[in-house]
Amino acid sequence: MAYQGVDYYHLDELLSDEEKLVRDSVRDWVSERVIPVIDQHFRDATFPGELIPEMAELGLFGPTLPEEFGGAEIGDVAYGLAMQELERGDSGMRSFASVQSALVMYPIYTWGSEEQKRTLLPKLARAEIIGAFGLTEPDYGSDPGSMITTAKKVDGGYLLNGAKMWITNSTIADLHVVWAKLDGRVEGFLVEKGAKGLSAPETKGKWSLRASVTGEIILQDVFVPEEMRLPEAHGLKCPLMCLNQARYGIAWGVIGAAQACYDSSLNYSLTREQWGGPIARHQMIQDKLVEMMSEITKAQLLVWRLGKMKEAGTSTFRQVSLAKRNNCRMALETSRVARDIHGANGIADEYPIMRHMMNLESVYTYEGTHTMHTLIVGSDITGIDAYK
Amino acid sequence: MNIAVLVKLVPDTAAQIRLNSDHSWIETRDLNWVLSPYDEYAAEEALKTAEAQGGEVTAITYGSDASAEALRKALAMGAHKAVHVKKDGFTDLLGTANALANVLKDGGFDLIFAGYKATDDDCAAIGQMVATLLDIPCITEVNKLEVGDGTLTANREIEGGHEVVEAPLPCVITAQKGLNEPRYPSLKGIMMAKKKPIDVVEADDVAPRVETVSMGYPPERPAGKIVGEGVEAVPELVRLLREEARVID
Repeated sequence: MAYQGVDYYHLDELLSDEEKLVRDSVRDWVSERVIPVIDQHFRDATFPGELIPEMAELGLFGPTLPEEFGGAEIGDVAYGLAMQELERGDSGMRSFASVQSALVMYPIYTWGSEEQKRTLLPKLARAEIIGAFGLTEPDYGSDPGSMITTAKKVDGGYLLNGAKMWITNSTIADLHVVWAKLDGRVEGFLVEKGAKGLSAPETKGKWSLRASVTGEIILQDVFVPEEMRLPEAHGLKCPLMCLNQARYGIAWGVIGAAQACYDSSLNYSLTREQWGGPIARHQMIQDKLVEMMSEITKAQLLVWRLGKMKEAGTSTFRQVSLAKRNNCRMALETSRVARDIHGANGIADEYPIMRHMMNLESVYTYEGTHTMHTLIVGSDITGIDAYK
Repeated sequence: MNIAVLVKLVPDTAAQIRLNSDHSWIETRDLNWVLSPYDEYAAEEALKTAEAQGGEVTAITYGSDASAEALRKALAMGAHKAVHVKKDGFTDLLGTANALANVLKDGGFDLIFAGYKATDDDCAAIGQMVATLLDIPCITEVNKLEVGDGTLTANREIEGGHEVVEAPLPCVITAQKGLNEPRYPSLKGIMMAKKKPIDVVEADDVAPRVETVSMGYPPERPAGKIVGEGVEAVPELVRLLREEARVID
């Protein structure tokens, strides 16, 4: 039976034809190209790099950008739906697209020079160059403003020193967007693969996002020419704005992972027989299924409304925090309940449950932990910052 | 090269089909609709041919307002323009073929593609009927195609083998599985499709001569059969798998 998403509240009626076509095209691609190979990649801790050209062909990198820069000019709701379908495959696939689009193409488009935009964005859209985003440091995660990576002005450019950690795609990236302090202020730099003094070792031993590569970016007197600095990016708010873009995609994406877990749970409980009948006839199983499905429905409404506000230019980063926080928790809890419904089978990779659950453990804390998003919204409604 | 592709919107092939209360038609509420899978092969071959030879692809569908979704999918795949032959209510096959042929006859098409059948009614007739009405050749269930200068060579799978057929242009080709690997509509293609024109043509109001009187569910599957035990049963099992179930060659 081909996969059909959850649509208990007929939310399809809220979507335009284009939005539905985007969703269905990415959904079909994920069903036919990602799902058949993803478990082996997850086992082997490898990224399905062979799928990158197909993702580019579909237009999954920087799709909201203008056509002249390689984008498709899709709206934020359509973008969200694409992220949802990718993450139905695997959070690693969605992470790859998020990094390329929201964390690499977005800052170049927003703060880059005309030259940087013209030369880099179309290549990033075609995935001829793969990007990474370096903000987090070993000792500065939720508190990026205290970063110790520095840039020093030298003749013709800058010298960068420091280390970044938990960087998606760092080992395979051709271009790193690195945030560093220049005279005490956070600035953005484009560091190319092969630069002298740059290394990007892989972070081994992850039990999450195994079908996605994660590594460090180590900078030892790395020279960045003047024209590779993002000329308009000044201050910590810039990387935070990038994260805001990525969080928006995550709020949609995790619904895909939750739907995969729900879909598997519903099918499993209808076919798994105990005491002479399907376990779906038991009240406690129905309670779990209804709870999962109703939480998914609420999450869908939340991001649809957020997307509409984002398209209108009225959404705030705090509203994005609320959606990222709510939906990641929803997805993680859905995966845990799904694991319960599947019994022992829930831990085997014949079912997608454990893979999604392990992935969601990362998604729950990356791009701002659940706790940080609580404090962002908390500070907004009380007027009191609790995290400083 | 001027190419047309006939497309149809059908219920998702994975959908569980239910009948309406008086069993006169299927229950269409809550159904997910898709471009008929064989029409996807037809659309892909039309696009590939246009890309290789130059030219334009026109997607054409017949039916109610809702059926125009098939055109949007074809346009998103890359078709250049579309024609919606509009008609509400039930039409029989000949009525449909006539309406399509009326649009096709003045279009100057060198090639007309269609899926060899739609996956809802399984009639496998529209391509042949349209070709007959236009008085041009038709090659059905094609799984390989080479288009030359004013002529084409097609491969058809037949019982126990295959045949190679040649025909002059213009010609109708009905697509079988294996003809190609249909592309996924790209995000850019989907957004561009919005700007492409869809001509709406009202179909003649012809009363159908064939009527669907009632519909029913297939009989329940009979229980499985045990052909024997151990090694001795294998030849019979293989024979049944090959000849009856037709799941092995």
